[in-house]
Amino acid sequence: MSDAVLVSTKVNGDVVEFACPTDEVLMDSLRDRAGMNGVKEGCGTGDCGACSVTLDGQLVCSCLVLGVEANGREIGTVEGLTEDGKLHPLQEKFIEHAALQCGICTPGFLVAAKALLDNNANPTETEIRYALAGNLCRCTGYDKIVRAVQATAKDLRKSKKR
Amino acid sequence: MAHDNSYTGQKFEVVGNRFLRPDGIDKVTGKARYGADANAPGQLVGLVLRSPHAHAKIKKIDTSKAEKLPGVKAVITSDDLPDLTGGNAGNAHILENCMARGRALYDGHAVAAVAAVDRQTARQALKLIKVSYQKLPHVTDVDEAMAPDAPVIHDWCFTAGLEEKPTKPSNIANRTQMGHGDVDAGFAAADVIIEKSYKTEQTHQGYIEPHACLASVNPDGTSELWVTTQGPFSYRSVCAALLGLDIAKLKVTSSEIGGGFGGKTHVWTEPLALALSRKANRPVKLVMTRDEVFRATGPTASTSVDVKIGATRKGKITAATLELRYQGGAFPGPWAMLACMTGFACYNIENQRSVGWDVIVNRPKVAAYRAPSAPMAAYAVESTMDLVADAIGMDAVDFRLKNVAKEGTQAPYGPIYGPIGIEAALKAVKKHPHMKSRLKKGQGRGVACGFWFNIGGQTCVDLNIGTDGTVNLAVGTVDVGGARSSLAMIAAEELGVGYDDVKVHVADTSSLGHNDTTEGSRGTFSSGMAAIFAARDAIEVLKGRAAKMLDVPVEDIVWEHGEARATGKGHGNLPKLSLKEIAAKSPNTGGPIAGHNEVVADGAGMGFAAHICDLEVDQETGHTEILRYTVVQDAGKAINPDYVEGQFQGAAAQGIGWALNEEYIYGKDGRLQNPGFLDYRIPVCSDLPFIDTKILEIPNPTHPYGIRGVGETSIVPPLGAIGNAIANATGVRMNHVPMSPVRVLDALDQAAQYEEQVSAG
Repeated sequence: MSDAVLVSTKVNGDVVEFACPTDEVLMDSLRDRAGMNGVKEGCGTGDCGACSVTLDGQLVCSCLVLGVEANGREIGTVEGLTEDGKLHPLQEKFIEHAALQCGICTPGFLVAAKALLDNNANPTETEIRYALAGNLCRCTGYDKIVRAVQATAKDLRKSKKR
Repeated sequence: MAHDNSYTGQKFEVVGNRFLRPDGIDKVTGKARYGADANAPGQLVGLVLRSPHAHAKIKKIDTSKAEKLPGVKAVITSDDLPDLTGGNAGNAHILENCMARGRALYDGHAVAAVAAVDRQTARQALKLIKVSYQKLPHVTDVDEAMAPDAPVIHDWCFTAGLEEKPTKPSNIANRTQMGHGDVDAGFAAADVIIEKSYKTEQTHQGYIEPHACLASVNPDGTSELWVTTQGPFSYRSVCAALLGLDIAKLKVTSSEIGGGFGGKTHVWTEPLALALSRKANRPVKLVMTRDEVFRATGPTASTSVDVKIGATRKGKITAATLELRYQGGAFPGPWAMLACMTGFACYNIENQRSVGWDVIVNRPKVAAYRAPSAPMAAYAVESTMDLVADAIGMDAVDFRLKNVAKEGTQAPYGPIYGPIGIEAALKAVKKHPHMKSRLKKGQGRGVACGFWFNIGGQTCVDLNIGTDGTVNLAVGTVDVGGARSSLAMIAAEELGVGYDDVKVHVADTSSLGHNDTTEGSRGTFSSGMAAIFAARDAIEVLKGRAAKMLDVPVEDIVWEHGEARATGKGHGNLPKLSLKEIAAKSPNTGGPIAGHNEVVADGAGMGFAAHICDLEVDQETGHTEILRYTVVQDAGKAINPDYVEGQFQGAAAQGIGWALNEEYIYGKDGRLQNPGFLDYRIPVCSDLPFIDTKILEIPNPTHPYGIRGVGETSIVPPLGAIGNAIANATGVRMNHVPMSPVRVLDALDQAAQYEEQVSAG
């Protein structure tokens, strides 16, 4: 570990500091050094989206980002979706709509779906399907995932109108 | 206590509702712990070195430099895994598959492994291991492997199942034949006979979670294995056998499982992790990369199939035959046999014969993949069924209905069917609004059927009632698709308590008796049966305690709607006692209240499905878009319809991927060219429409609640349904799966050339 670099970053709002080997990807840093095991490894090549996080608000595959690149930046993971002990509406709707089976892809889908809804409050079915096309799920056939995102978007729009 | 597994037609209060899954919160918050999410003090990182060659003699492995690298704590080769299998050929093959023994049999075959203090050091150590290979001739195609001049992979392989034992070894491990009637007479009576050959390429289960485990072996032989698996008990017995460990001293804990679909029913790197831990005397965590998952864990068989079906002009099938060539990778497997059993299972065919050939090639050892072997045989049969219907001018669904299997039909593998759901499924298809919707020009619709046996097997559960009346149910089947929800519902139904009062957990191998692997759609069927029986045992205990509390003979106590009530003369004024009230008093009436059941769950109900698919083929690119998809399947009884639908939809999606895109592509050098999700393309969200489902409930007579397995059947019809829809959309019959853009374009071009020739000539 002679090539390690000190990284200071914010994960879900909390300051996290760790020594990071220069060839370590952010996914491993988050899992092994920051304790964010909700970040999942499905492929390590940016094809499955299970390790999706936000980096300064931008949706990324954390397996394609180096840990040292997180220095001075803000990371959002699935662990940060819950606020004050309350599930995010997407988390609630995923459970309600049975949008998860094995659940390994779920953290990535939630982070990606939140990134979509943050930018587009009223996505069409096609927009949802393309926004989530970087996240692989092998259990559900995506049917109930799309329905959960649609239902969340509808609820969020209603609550904003009030 | 002996229990009756007969279906009674009882009315349900809990079962059949859509309750939320109990593992939902952990899974949406990132707290759920999968194979790679466990850690142990002092743990090392394990990595595996794999053969880059399809077939090679391993002349020498020099590990000395790797061993000297600071931070490396153990290096193993097959020398560290002496053969303790004692003539058990199955285990010997597993051992050799886990680590090459003098010969690398496929691209990706493990040859050595290391354990080091961190990932960087372990990677460096792998590079320092020097392996001298001598390349050997290889073969990866199933038909080529059967040719007389093919390189013979194993000199011990003499084809079994032939009348005379062959004098020379070959790559054909086994010949299977089954069927009944007089096939020759049947074909002689046919007005129309269609004969056609098909090929399907190899696919992978494609679970998103790679194999991962944390192994720890102590000097006294006690060991622990945390692992993502469908079969913790099977992993325990196989790992113990391969490593010479005591079975009961090896505790296997199944983590949350990130998808399995059959691929996590067999051990791959787990024995290596245990061997590394034993040598290093420290816990070892071993996580496969996706590249390793593709190259070295069990995909399904690639196949080559001939079908012949004869029928009268009135639409009655008079005879049918199948010749099925399935490769099982570098070791023998049961795959062609399973294909023989399933190919014609949806139909009542008086004269039929299926012949299967299990073939060895230089590819990874094939593992089960959701209804293993059935989709490929069904693709060939369902495609040919449409061709026959077309030839006699009959509607394809009507032709199927005319020949459909029913109660009393003899299955291809011998038994006579009880009540089954394929006729009902086809009738539901006929009535479905999907069948009446209009198609545009260039679009096509296809229908196909599918069958899977479903299994039962050894099962053991514990049910413990707390003093507050809440219930813990410990099961040994792994929750792969919502089983904890459905099993909690079953226990709640039986005990008359609320769904939220029951907490189901998947027990480790030291806490419960043996449970067979969660495969064959057996989880809810068998653990559901055991949960019913365990609850009924607990109710007997509850009745005894109620009798004590009311001071009446236990014979006077009946259990109704979660309450004990005293019947008979003089008991009219006695209060009813709820489960909660009885549980609260349990410390003073005899201690804890529990039920237990161990059972070989017999009588699994067969699963049948029929699918409808609409699609459009882009004539310029050959790309096929699925426009609408409907699954009709018999569930026996849908305990939690949400998760039954989820199984139908997920299975259909896997079948769609198989039909249109997924395939292992081997180069001439015998190396896998697409070991990643970029080039091995499973369906993504934008590839699919919503998948409609219709659940039929034809009770299984040999389960108290009528349950059949539901997990696998619906991966069987999509290949045929899509092939039939493409034929209806384009007029071109595809005979090679996947029906990828390049294959469809080729077929369209060939058809156009043929038409030109016909019109010119």
